[in-house]
Amino acid sequence: MAVDQPVTTPTGDQTRIHNIGYRSYDGPRLGRAYARRSLYSQSLRGAYGLGRSVKSKVLPMLLFVVMCVPAAIMVAVAVATKAKELPLDYTRYAIVMQAVISLYVASQAPQSVSRDLRFKTVPLYFSRPIETADYVRAKYAALASALFVLTAAPLLVLYVGALLAKLDFADQTKGFAQGLVSVALLSLLFAGIGLVIASVTPRRGFGIAAVIAVLTISYGAVSTLQAIADAQDSTGAIPWIGLFSPVTLIDGVQSAFLGADSAYPGAMGPSTGEGVVFLLVTLGLIAASYGLLMRRYRKVGL
Amino acid sequence: MIATESLSKRFPRVTALDRLSVDIGPGVTGLVGANGAGKSTLIKILLGLSPATEGRAEVLGLDVATKGAAIRERVGYMPEHDCLPPDVSATEFVVHMARMSGLPPTAARERTADTLRHVGLYEERYRPIGGYSTGMKQRVKLAQALVHDPQLVFLDEPTNGLDPVGRDEMLGLIRRIHTDFGISVLVTSHLLGELERTCDHVVVVDGGKLLRSSSTTDFTQTTTTLAIEVTDTDAHPDGTRAVREALHARGVEIVESGAGLPGAGHILLLTAQGEETYDLVRDVVADLGLGLVRMEQRRHHISEVFTDADSATTAGGTTDSDTTRKEAVGHGG
Repeated sequence: MAVDQPVTTPTGDQTRIHNIGYRSYDGPRLGRAYARRSLYSQSLRGAYGLGRSVKSKVLPMLLFVVMCVPAAIMVAVAVATKAKELPLDYTRYAIVMQAVISLYVASQAPQSVSRDLRFKTVPLYFSRPIETADYVRAKYAALASALFVLTAAPLLVLYVGALLAKLDFADQTKGFAQGLVSVALLSLLFAGIGLVIASVTPRRGFGIAAVIAVLTISYGAVSTLQAIADAQDSTGAIPWIGLFSPVTLIDGVQSAFLGADSAYPGAMGPSTGEGVVFLLVTLGLIAASYGLLMRRYRKVGL
Repeated sequence: MIATESLSKRFPRVTALDRLSVDIGPGVTGLVGANGAGKSTLIKILLGLSPATEGRAEVLGLDVATKGAAIRERVGYMPEHDCLPPDVSATEFVVHMARMSGLPPTAARERTADTLRHVGLYEERYRPIGGYSTGMKQRVKLAQALVHDPQLVFLDEPTNGLDPVGRDEMLGLIRRIHTDFGISVLVTSHLLGELERTCDHVVVVDGGKLLRSSSTTDFTQTTTTLAIEVTDTDAHPDGTRAVREALHARGVEIVESGAGLPGAGHILLLTAQGEETYDLVRDVVADLGLGLVRMEQRRHHISEVFTDADSATTAGGTTDSDTTRKEAVGHGG
C-alpha cells in the first residue's frame, strides 16, 4: 500500500485554485428585511415551479390553467350570446372551483415547508440573520399570494370579458371588487390551514394527503349535514353547520357581507348578525394558523 | 474571536455545558469531545439561537444574548447533518443562501461562483445536488457557510462520512479557509488526530466541562519522535536491525513501533534528545554503509496528552500509519 503519497492528484488542483486567489466581500449586507423579501419571492416563485425542475412546474401550471379555462369559456359564451350578465357571480367562482384550489394547496403547502424540514434546510436559515417570525411570515405570505394569484386570475378574466361584452361597468366593478376581497380572505385561510398541516410532517406525501383530507372531508361532512338539516326542515341549523369547513366558512362570510348568493342548501346563508360570527371565526383561524406556525418553528431551531 | 465566561446550559435532565470558560483567538481552532460532550450546544449558543442557562458569551466582541442577528450576519455555519435539498443545483442553492445572508442578487451570484470554485466544485455545480457524492455534498455545505464572506465559520464535524482521501482534502480546505481566505475557523471533531494536523489551537471538552485549551504546538512539542528507514545491503541483509543495534549500543532510546502495521518492520522510531541525535543517526547509517531512505519527525499525538490530562477519558483504538491516524475518544463519563 502506497501510504506515503495518497493525495498527490488533488494537490495539483488545489495549487490551481490557490492561484486564482480569494476575494473578500466588502459590498453591502442588506439584513433581515431583505432576506425575508428574498425568501418570500423565492417561495412564491417556487409555488408555481419557477426556479425549480420542469417536473415541479407541471402541476401548479396545470391547475392554474384549469382555474382559468372555465372563466374564459363563460366570457366567450357571454360575448357570443350577448348575455345581460355573466353565468356565474365573481364571488361564486372560487366556491365552484374549490376542488382545484384544495388540490393546489395540498400540492404546494408541503412543497413550501415540508421540504425544508425533510432535508433539514431549516437550520441553515436560522443560522442567518432571519428569525422564526421572518421565516413564518415569508412562507405564509408567499403561499397566500400564490393562492391569490390562482383565485384572482380567473376573476380578472371574467371582469375583462364582462367589459368586452359591454356589461354594466359599475355593476361589474362592484362584483369584481367583492370577489377579490372574498378570494383574498380565502387565500389567507387556505394557506394558513395548509401550512400548519404541512409543517407538522417532513414527509411530503403525508402532507398532501392530510391537507386534501382536511379540506375535502370537512366540506363533504358539512354539505351532508346541511342537506340532512334541509331535508328535516331545521333550516335554522344550516348556516351554523357551515362554520365547520373552510369553504363553507368563506361562503358564509361573503353571503353575509359581500352580496354573494350562498351555496348552502336553499341559499340559507347566515344573516348579517350571524355573519359576524363567521367573520370572527375566519379571522381567528387565520391568526391561529400563524400562531401555530410560530410555535412550530420556535422549537425547530438547529 | 470567541469568549465564554462560566457558560452553562442545563436541560431538565442533562447538563450540556457546565461553567465553561474559554477564550478563542483568530486562526483554526479545534473543538474536541466525544458525542454528547456539548459541542453542538456550544455552537447553538454562540449563534445566539439558544439562550444559556447562566454565564455569558461573546462572538466577535458581540454578546450572544442580545446581538444574535448581528453575529449571524458575520459568521457562517456548516451543520453536521445533511441539509441540502436534492432537486436543486448547487449554484441555485448557494445563491439562495447568499441572499438569505443579505447579499444583493448580483453579489450573491458572483460570490457563489467564486466560493464553489474555491471549495473545488466546477461543472457539476449546475447539476441537481441529489446526484452528488458525499464529498461533493460536504463541499456544497462548506460553500454555503462561506458564501457571505464571514469573519468566522463554525464547522460541525466536516469530515463525517468521508473516506481518507476526502478527509485529507477537507482538512486541507479548512486550513486554507484561514491561511488563504483569512476567515477564522471553529471546527468540531471527535477525532483528535485530524485536528492535530489542521488546528492552531485545540479546546477539549467532556461532559460540558473544559478539559484543556492550548495551542496544538503545546500539545505535541514536549518530545520529538524520529522515524527512520534504511536500505538493506549485502553486508547487512537486515539493515533495520543493524541500525537498531548500533544505535542501541550508543545509548539512543528506541521506541518500538507497533507490530503488525504496514512498514512496521522497516521503520525505527526513536526519541530525539536534540540536534545531536540527528547527527548520530546520520553517522551510524553512514558507518554501516546503508542508504537513509527516511528520517522525519513524528509529532506526538494529541490523544496521548489528552489521556494524560484526564485518565478517566481513555483514548483507545489507536491505529498508526503515516497518513491516517485516527484516535477515537472513549466515552469517559
